[in-house]
Amino acid sequence: MFDQLESRLSATLKKIRGLARLTEANMTEALKEVRTALLEADVALPVVKDFIATIKKESSGKDVHKSLSPGQQVVKIVHQELVKLLGGELVGITKAEKGPTVILMAGLQGSGKTTTTGKLALLLSKEKYSPMIVSADVYRPAAREQLAVLGEQLEIPVFKGDGLSDPLKIVKGALKELKKESLDLLIIDTAGRLQVDEEMMAELEAIKKLATPTETLFVADAMTGQQAAEVAKTFHERVGITGVVLTKLDGDARGGAALSVKGVTGCPIKFSGIGEKSDQFEQFHPDRMAQRILGMGDVLSLIEKVEKEVDEEDAEKLAKKLASGRFDLEDFKEQIKMVKKMGPMSDMMSMIPGFKLPKGADIDDGQIVKVEAIINSMTKEERRSYNIISGSRKVRIARGSGTEVSDVNKLLKQFVKMRKMMKNFKKPGFMNRLASMGKQGFN
Amino acid sequence: MEKEKAGFFARLKQGLQKTNNSLLEKIGKATTRKIKIDDELLEELEEALIMADIGMPTTTQLLESLRLGAKNKELTKPEEVRPFLAKEIRKLITVKSTAKDEEMAEKPHVILMIGVNGAGKTTTIGKLANYYKNEGKEVLLAAADTFRAAAVDQLAEWCNRVGCDIVKHHPNSDPSAVVFDAMKAGIARKKDIVIVDTAGRLHTRTNLMDQLAKIRKIISRQMPSAPHETLLVLDGTTGQNALNQVKEFNAVMNVTGLVLTKLDGSSKGGAVVGIVNETGIAVKFIGIGEKIDDLQRFDPELFSKALL
Repeated sequence: MFDQLESRLSATLKKIRGLARLTEANMTEALKEVRTALLEADVALPVVKDFIATIKKESSGKDVHKSLSPGQQVVKIVHQELVKLLGGELVGITKAEKGPTVILMAGLQGSGKTTTTGKLALLLSKEKYSPMIVSADVYRPAAREQLAVLGEQLEIPVFKGDGLSDPLKIVKGALKELKKESLDLLIIDTAGRLQVDEEMMAELEAIKKLATPTETLFVADAMTGQQAAEVAKTFHERVGITGVVLTKLDGDARGGAALSVKGVTGCPIKFSGIGEKSDQFEQFHPDRMAQRILGMGDVLSLIEKVEKEVDEEDAEKLAKKLASGRFDLEDFKEQIKMVKKMGPMSDMMSMIPGFKLPKGADIDDGQIVKVEAIINSMTKEERRSYNIISGSRKVRIARGSGTEVSDVNKLLKQFVKMRKMMKNFKKPGFMNRLASMGKQGFN
Repeated sequence: MEKEKAGFFARLKQGLQKTNNSLLEKIGKATTRKIKIDDELLEELEEALIMADIGMPTTTQLLESLRLGAKNKELTKPEEVRPFLAKEIRKLITVKSTAKDEEMAEKPHVILMIGVNGAGKTTTIGKLANYYKNEGKEVLLAAADTFRAAAVDQLAEWCNRVGCDIVKHHPNSDPSAVVFDAMKAGIARKKDIVIVDTAGRLHTRTNLMDQLAKIRKIISRQMPSAPHETLLVLDGTTGQNALNQVKEFNAVMNVTGLVLTKLDGSSKGGAVVGIVNETGIAVKFIGIGEKIDDLQRFDPELFSKALL
């Protein structure tokens, strides 16, 4: 997500970085560009204004004129403020001091509350919680069935509340059941509602009063436009939210909504939804996201993933190969193996700073099997130098792998694109950054 | 007819009231204080347009025409600014040659509904089925969202409310098979309209987009002229990403029209101005509430008036 914002800011900051001295005039110009970038990323205007004002104030102080590198100063301030705006530091779920912990989910229609309820229950069930989920959405057709099916799939107990049609009675029943089953966490899914719908907002207040949750999570669609701020503000004023879940982050939205929501409510973004699968859900990392926005990519996330799934030796080998720039199909084959363990390749690539995945260069999970088969059907020589793969060789490879020649062509095309991307890895500065981040990660 | 027209306008107005209020307030504020159309006024107008999710490029374009209008003396008084902008916006969202889907030369008229997760596809289909039912058409729904939990149940419930036919399989079955059967049933039962629901998918997921193309192929194979409409459902609260959605879906699916949903809140739906202008794809319907009849045909004239 944040991709475009990232590249906008990267370009702008590069401009500032290149300046020997920061003058009043070129700072104004740079800040204007930061403003445009943020607005294009759907950050709400009031939040943008605050942000720019802060940067201006911080930048135009004493350091601007006498500092050796005023550009760096601005970069630092922009980064600092972004981190601050995105949430400061990592925050988890607040546990109830005594008795079961209750989490209330709230948000607009279609923001992803029900899916998130399932994902959150799954995530927390791995953190020593014994969750139960309940849907208090009596309005949307089959909303309760949806959560029931999710619960079944994830093996999370669901309070179905059969025969009940009042949200409050359903919640009451769920709390009772929770005690009976001696479970310690209840996550309440609610109907999507507009912040301007007085009746529905009152209902949410009533549910909150009854359930006394320790967490009231506002579920926000990362693609939301300028309204994100207004909506979040109203929800916060009415029901008092304690945190935010940002969904649909696997798209290409610039994600300004994240900054907006945080900016107006002050509530931390606690989790993010990064895919359709139930485990594609994780803690939100504001510091990393700020780095990513500034063009440093999500190196920390990448390293964590690599650490988790790949042994250090393999990872070092991978890094070396990437760095060498001599990347052939043999390496590609090895990499596919490794990548299969780490999750979708495009996810991993998107964490690396400095490049965007070109169109058509991403590899779907289902396709990976096919790709492997094709590469395995090549001779070692072909894998080492793809240029020798002629038409007749392609026919042989296709036959050997049970694919079509067009598949082989597609793969080769993707591979050439990948090679091009790998060249970016060699650009100065980036490798140093990756290397130093890597060291921090591995030691 | 006259009454219906008024009702429609009132409804649209009501739906867009919030949009209306804040934008109006902003522009009102901007236009009453200033006498000349200077940079400061333009800046305030810029902000108002941005807050409506109209986006930077379109905003810049609108301001440029405003500047030009002032230069040509078309625009001399602040109170002229609003109607002028409304006119400009209307120009942007009016698509010249809109194909007349009412003609429906062939039976069944097949409508394929696509969009990202949570945009409001299933709800829109329910309303759309009702809309055509009220026009005396026989409607069949295809429950091809076999991925999202209970999506089939959700569509079936709409089917009950509207009183139309549905073709459904078990959850997690192949959506292509559902579409295949639905097309067969639509043709055999001589339905006027077949509406195909699909699973929400982000436009960045290549494999899911490929699956959508496959669904389209299956429809065309049974009826070469179909789908007659491919409607992309856009969440009215979405910001600038909506343009990416339209471009990506259009590249794979050849979108024939847009449906803009959730305009009953404070959402502006302004992103659509730039989208229509850039892609030439018309908005066909707007969703302004959760009730079965909260779906209206899109009218650029009324929309631009209601927006400002």
